[in-house]
Amino acid sequence: MDAQLLTQIPHLEEIAHRGAFSGTPEKHTENFLERSSRENKILPSLEDAIRAAGLKDGMTISFHHHFRGGDHVVNQVVEKLAEMGLKNLTLAASSLAAVHAPLIRHIKSGVITHIETSGLRGELAEEISRGLMDCPVVFRSHGGRAAAIRSGELHIDVAFLGAPSCDPYGNANGYSRDDEHMACGSMGYARTDAEYADKVVVLTNHLVRYPNAPWAIPEDNVDYIVVVDDIGDPKGIMSGATRYTKNPKELLIAQTAAQVIDAAGYFYDGFSMQMGSGGASLAAARFLREMMLERNIRCRFALGGITGQIAAMHEEGLIDRVLDVQSFDLDAAMSLKNNRFHHQISATYYASFLSAAAVDQLDFVILSALEIDTDFNVNVLTGSDGVIRGAIGGHPDTAAGASLSIVVAPLTRGRIPCVIDRVNTVVTPGGTVDVVVTDQGVAVNPRRPEVERKLRRAGIKVYTIEELRDKALALVGRPDPIRYTDRVVGVVMYRNNTIIDVIRQVDES
Amino acid sequence: MERRYVKDRLRRSMMFVPGNNPGMIVDARIYGADSIMFDLEDSVAYTEKDTARFLVHNALKTLDFGKKEIVVRINDLSSGLGIRDLEAIIPAGVHVVRLPKTDSAQDVVDCEREIARIEAAHGIPVGATGMMAAIETANGVLDARAIAHASSRLIGLALGAEDYVTDLKTTRSDGTELLFARSMILNAARSAGIAALDTVYSDVNNEEGFLAEVELIRKLGFDGKSVINPRQIGMLHKALRPSERDLKKAYAVMEAIAEANARGSGVASLNGKMIDKPVVIRAQRLIELFEADNTVEEEE
Repeated sequence: MDAQLLTQIPHLEEIAHRGAFSGTPEKHTENFLERSSRENKILPSLEDAIRAAGLKDGMTISFHHHFRGGDHVVNQVVEKLAEMGLKNLTLAASSLAAVHAPLIRHIKSGVITHIETSGLRGELAEEISRGLMDCPVVFRSHGGRAAAIRSGELHIDVAFLGAPSCDPYGNANGYSRDDEHMACGSMGYARTDAEYADKVVVLTNHLVRYPNAPWAIPEDNVDYIVVVDDIGDPKGIMSGATRYTKNPKELLIAQTAAQVIDAAGYFYDGFSMQMGSGGASLAAARFLREMMLERNIRCRFALGGITGQIAAMHEEGLIDRVLDVQSFDLDAAMSLKNNRFHHQISATYYASFLSAAAVDQLDFVILSALEIDTDFNVNVLTGSDGVIRGAIGGHPDTAAGASLSIVVAPLTRGRIPCVIDRVNTVVTPGGTVDVVVTDQGVAVNPRRPEVERKLRRAGIKVYTIEELRDKALALVGRPDPIRYTDRVVGVVMYRNNTIIDVIRQVDES
Repeated sequence: MERRYVKDRLRRSMMFVPGNNPGMIVDARIYGADSIMFDLEDSVAYTEKDTARFLVHNALKTLDFGKKEIVVRINDLSSGLGIRDLEAIIPAGVHVVRLPKTDSAQDVVDCEREIARIEAAHGIPVGATGMMAAIETANGVLDARAIAHASSRLIGLALGAEDYVTDLKTTRSDGTELLFARSMILNAARSAGIAALDTVYSDVNNEEGFLAEVELIRKLGFDGKSVINPRQIGMLHKALRPSERDLKKAYAVMEAIAEANARGSGVASLNGKMIDKPVVIRAQRLIELFEADNTVEEEE
């Protein structure tokens, strides 16, 4: 085109800024297979990718936790960063597990100076509780983390995302439809990181042909790809189906929870639900299933971490849609791969308070707890010894979003009471917890008198939360208070990223 | 704690709880069994006998079991352990003592004598403690009637199938092997006006087999069954729940009776048929069974 023509276009500055067309580059003629092996985002080594991403001292790196206890990505990457002499990094993982104990060494040597996570377990958690880090660990819920990433409160410089399948351009997923290969199913938590991180490095052990559709992460979110031998131990990532518990106490709690949902009026044709991952909350699905078959009732959608039981109910036609942010077992992952209406969602879509989140469409959620107090606050993060041993997960997000949040726990665990005066760590505020179901009785938050009336009318015995506490204390006595120092080792964020509690260093002197 | 046994009550389920397992003892009341049976006998290893006795003694004294019937299975008196078991549990307020391997009426008489002695020694009204006899041998089965009538403290007879089939030189299968024993025990119990309780079904993962056995004993006329896993209790109670049709009929019968009574007439009829006494008794039993299953248990 003649550039002179541009001068004749009125309001040009409002229409285009790139000038006149000046011809096309040379077209390529080789077939796309040849091209994708020549021109792609694959770098020869992790070190190359780290350099290419421009990672520098003081920056923030992120990881997902879809490989659970089998994850080899975090340790592998941080080991390399240490080797390259990087320091003062913030490690922001969607969660960390016992397998990440090698981080202790890298914290001591100053490679990692800040941690953000949903949870901590094992040796790393114990060391942090004993004061390993100068800067407190920031604990966020899955929804809170997604919101913080979007708002910039948690700015990710480089995301290192392990992907069980990826093509040469970065279309990545937790499985592949090209072969039997199956690793983690949904990669929901990784999607938010991929979307907002400045640079995204995908580590894959399974390079597949373009296009790796369907994908969890699209290629336009990915900058570099490194092919590695090992991203994780399949046994630790997932195995088989999560088995229904046979523990009679958990079954009793599950059955009661199902009765509570029914009595409270949230079991109707077209309801929505989420089940936590604990034994009792999973088993509740079994009792709900029986009730659904008996009364010819269907669930519109099941949300969250998805298990084989939920997948089976979907395949049975009892659940219309499955929204899967994380597949808990192989059966769930296979269902995600094979079933059209089993849908993978991101952390943002799942639970961010900044978006129209799926948790806000829940009728009910069944959640586990380590401790519940007489204000209905729930702790899922610190044990009865004050040491960090858990993860926030989507607990506060779903409790806030669901019309009826049910927290299930045994009244006592061994000699430890689970209903107490004051939880060690407030993770989910009592204002969002509606019903507590224990093996020894049910309590309803006084904020929900109508629920209490309905339960009583249905013949469910309702106790006050104080009565449950007293029953627990009568059985096991009042434990000695945990001794802490003044030093704060963890900061717990509510889902809107306000600080809801702190975790202190345990005093072992 | 004042405890006294009740002769005639609902006994659909009697849950076995090993006496040396504190966790299970503490949780025993939450599963909805009509009776809880703490075991000091076969589920407790010889080296654990003292522990179990001590635990059960303290559980009886301190834990709140609501309105549940508390039974303790003691060791055989001839073993020397049985007496020590009785010394521990009677002062602690057990409702019912379960005798293992009752071979003859004399076994019941011997045990009752010891119970009476211990009651008197502890200032407990003599006769406050109930008894039940588990029959686990061919001899016991053949003497079932005499056993059932051996003491007014007896609340029921129970079949212990594992030892019994061994004694018979057979094994447990579809129930044919137990038919004689079950019938004998049931008739003996009824002739003494006491409860008949069936043996445990030990394959806890076989729900179908369990329910088939429940159906069989329901037809035979048993009051209930021993269970070894709490998961069986809900299934058992559900299977014993009267059908809606039977229940409707039972309420109609009771209404007709009430109406006849109001009229001052001793003869009641329903749909043109006179209501016989057995019909009334059956109706009452059905309603009792239904209401027991639908009542929220209040704690003491």
